[in-house]
Amino acid sequence: MSGFIATLERLDRRWIFLAMAIAVAGPIVYIGITGKTLPETSTPAAQAVYDAIEALPKGSRVLISYDFDPGSSGELLPMATSLVHQCAARDLKMVFIALWPLGPQMVTDTIKRVITADFPQMKEGVDYVNLGFQSGNEAVMKVMLTDFKKAFPKSEKGTATGQIPMLEGVTRVKDFPLLVTISAGYPGAKEWIQYVVSSSGGEITMVTGCTGVQTPQLFPYFPAQLRGMLGAIKGAAEYESLVNASLAPGDNSPVPPKYLEAQRRMGPQLGAHLLMVALIILGNIAFFAQRREKAQVKS
Amino acid sequence: MSPSKSWIVIIAVIVALVGIRLSIGQGMGKVYVEQVDTVVEVEAVAKTKDHDGSPAQTVKWTQFNGVEPNKYYAAQATNPAQTVVTLSWPRTFGLWLGAFFTLAIFSFMYRDNPGYRLAEAVIIGVSAAYWMVIGFWDVVVPKLFGGIAHGFVIANVLPTLPAPPTEQVIAMWFALGLGGILLMRLSSKGAWISMWSLAFIIGVTAGLKIVSHVESDLIAQSVATFKPLISPQAGATGVIELGPTVWASLANILIVVGVLCCLTYFFFSVEHKGVVGRAARVGIWYLMITFGAAFGFTVMGRVALLAARVEFLFDDWLWLIDPAGKRVVEVAAAAGSFLFQ
Amino acid sequence: MRRLIPMWIAIIAGFAMLFSAFFPVTEFFGETFGEIFSVVAAIAYVLGAGSLAKINLAKISRRDQGWGYSAITLFCFAATLFVGLGKIGVPPNAQFAALPWSGEKNAEGSAFAWIYEYGLVPITSTMFALLAFYVASAAFRAFRAKNLEAILLLSTAFIVLLGRTFAGVVLTGWFPDWASGLRLENLSVYIMQVFNTAGNRAIIIGIALGVTATSLRILLGVDRSWMGSGGNS
Repeated sequence: MSGFIATLERLDRRWIFLAMAIAVAGPIVYIGITGKTLPETSTPAAQAVYDAIEALPKGSRVLISYDFDPGSSGELLPMATSLVHQCAARDLKMVFIALWPLGPQMVTDTIKRVITADFPQMKEGVDYVNLGFQSGNEAVMKVMLTDFKKAFPKSEKGTATGQIPMLEGVTRVKDFPLLVTISAGYPGAKEWIQYVVSSSGGEITMVTGCTGVQTPQLFPYFPAQLRGMLGAIKGAAEYESLVNASLAPGDNSPVPPKYLEAQRRMGPQLGAHLLMVALIILGNIAFFAQRREKAQVKS
Repeated sequence: MSPSKSWIVIIAVIVALVGIRLSIGQGMGKVYVEQVDTVVEVEAVAKTKDHDGSPAQTVKWTQFNGVEPNKYYAAQATNPAQTVVTLSWPRTFGLWLGAFFTLAIFSFMYRDNPGYRLAEAVIIGVSAAYWMVIGFWDVVVPKLFGGIAHGFVIANVLPTLPAPPTEQVIAMWFALGLGGILLMRLSSKGAWISMWSLAFIIGVTAGLKIVSHVESDLIAQSVATFKPLISPQAGATGVIELGPTVWASLANILIVVGVLCCLTYFFFSVEHKGVVGRAARVGIWYLMITFGAAFGFTVMGRVALLAARVEFLFDDWLWLIDPAGKRVVEVAAAAGSFLFQ
Repeated sequence: MRRLIPMWIAIIAGFAMLFSAFFPVTEFFGETFGEIFSVVAAIAYVLGAGSLAKINLAKISRRDQGWGYSAITLFCFAATLFVGLGKIGVPPNAQFAALPWSGEKNAEGSAFAWIYEYGLVPITSTMFALLAFYVASAAFRAFRAKNLEAILLLSTAFIVLLGRTFAGVVLTGWFPDWASGLRLENLSVYIMQVFNTAGNRAIIIGIALGVTATSLRILLGVDRSWMGSGGNS
């Protein structure tokens, strides 16, 4: 036993790195080959996101802000895919914007992966549009409150916002019945709540998909100021399964694998979390054994 | 083993494994593209106040769109001489470069090394320029140039951009002035004047933050805290149920107590003794639970990012797994069937 | 004078934004100042890039240790800037094909999109992913149940880590319905909605008070520390 404790105390951190790599890679290989995913039960925050979108009448405009970059795409891109999937399937008109410089590229990728591939009948400028990036963080939000087209003067394709058919009648951000932000930090969901939702006097409904780091910080706003929230990859997986279940075709054909990304990622998550718990327990065993040894030496 | 020898061994092992993988089945790490030719007839544009005018012409270009390997196999099976769907060497090289960068960053876990530093140097240069380019095309061109040089912008970049009203033109000249002043920070002599632009940024931010923080975080959050301490919960039949009522009421009580105790802990103008001290202690417990939850979620976030990178290596580069069904992977599929079924 | 002008610029800009939230007549100022802010923020990227170039050029000219990496940084910076601003490899926009710069800057197949796909994405996402390993190592070495506070932190972390994965269902899914609140997945939700909400709400209220006070001090010209040393004199 003392040998084991001594080994734990001296353990090189690179062994821990290796253990983490195996805990993550193992389930990825297993799920990647077998295609099996773990079942998900939705929590109220994820259900609220789904319900908020379902509640919108056909043809409603949804403002979707990509406030993240590739550094967080592992967590947030699966959410973005499912959000766009649900919006497209429910015939909602999607207006994409970004307050992070690398956001528009990811919007383009999502449009290609979901809309162009599975909803070819949707037309750019009529059913969806990518308005690109604007710098200035909360200052852009402030301008959007009074003049949306001034804040985002053109689309990524170079068409003036005023000439985009689906934006006819939109003057300010309040004209969107639902605001969706996929958020990785500053500016993100918190700033949207502070500068847009609060300023609208509760007229704007907002839901978010956010990183694990942001999730605990956003809980105080739910549900009064934030209608729904997808917290980390778990929130993404819950929402993904809700959307897939509601959009499943009647013929029992399998769900396309691109709509199972978050659920696939819950496998490595399980492995890594179990490893973390084991590491903390082992670290504490070593700590208490050492403390007892010291106490014995003293006495 | 000396550090240089251990690196040689590690690199040799990786190269050997990749070499083996390359020689099995359809290989690995290839990107295919589909050639799309576009021809557009452009009508003549008359010379106007805003436009230089242009004659009628035909514009042709070829675009290469990325496709899944399956599409290439299907095209080859139909016609082996086809040239529409082909292997893209630039993108294939890019994919391998991406894999190299991924491994180079991961190699930092073993110890600092030139590969990691190279990746770090690349990303610093690339991201600074990337942000600048996006800022230029998405903000400077439509807003600043669209305001002060509207004719040039509509003739070359954004033909449908509406003419700005006079007040916007003035605002954009003002923005140009402030931006120029800000750049004076790069000069040692003129750095002091850049404080004017900084003052504008700080003033606007302060003015925005007062309203938003009071409205959203002070008032709305206080209102959300003070909920009824007894919260009757009716069931499907409309009858109040004891269990849910107890849980909901307990939650409201715990939130009110928690917020007040945490705020007491943050209040340093009074010594934390007696009732205040006990409340502050409860506040610390709440904060510890909060930090524990934050830790759990942070782990969750980081692991998801790691999983995405491992998927990139195994799926896009090594072709060991194929969760999205992009290609036929006989070796991995056979091994998987043997091991897991 | 060098301090007075910036102070008044900050006061005027700040009050313009403040009033625009209360008086619809002044909404125009809020909107215009917001627009100017947006453009100045974009120009600030040039400032950042300029500083980067300045520091790295100095390193190269002095032949400091690792100057080769500075050269790589500058090369990558210049190359990205060149292909991005020049829209190298960008096909024209089919709608406005006659215009030389009408194409989408990051269109598929362009050099700029290539840099994004194979340079930016792998490096930035792997850098963030690397933290998973260090969090694990730190948890093993530093997460010690030394006292009640640490035990609370640890237990919460355990509940969240297990409750937010399938492990929670496996471990406590068999609990009878009357004790379903104690299932790890439900417990983790309860912790987030009650204890975490209370803790974070107090932090949010505290920050709001601090931000409001600091902003007011700036707008009233009391706090001048943002101007650098001697600002408060």
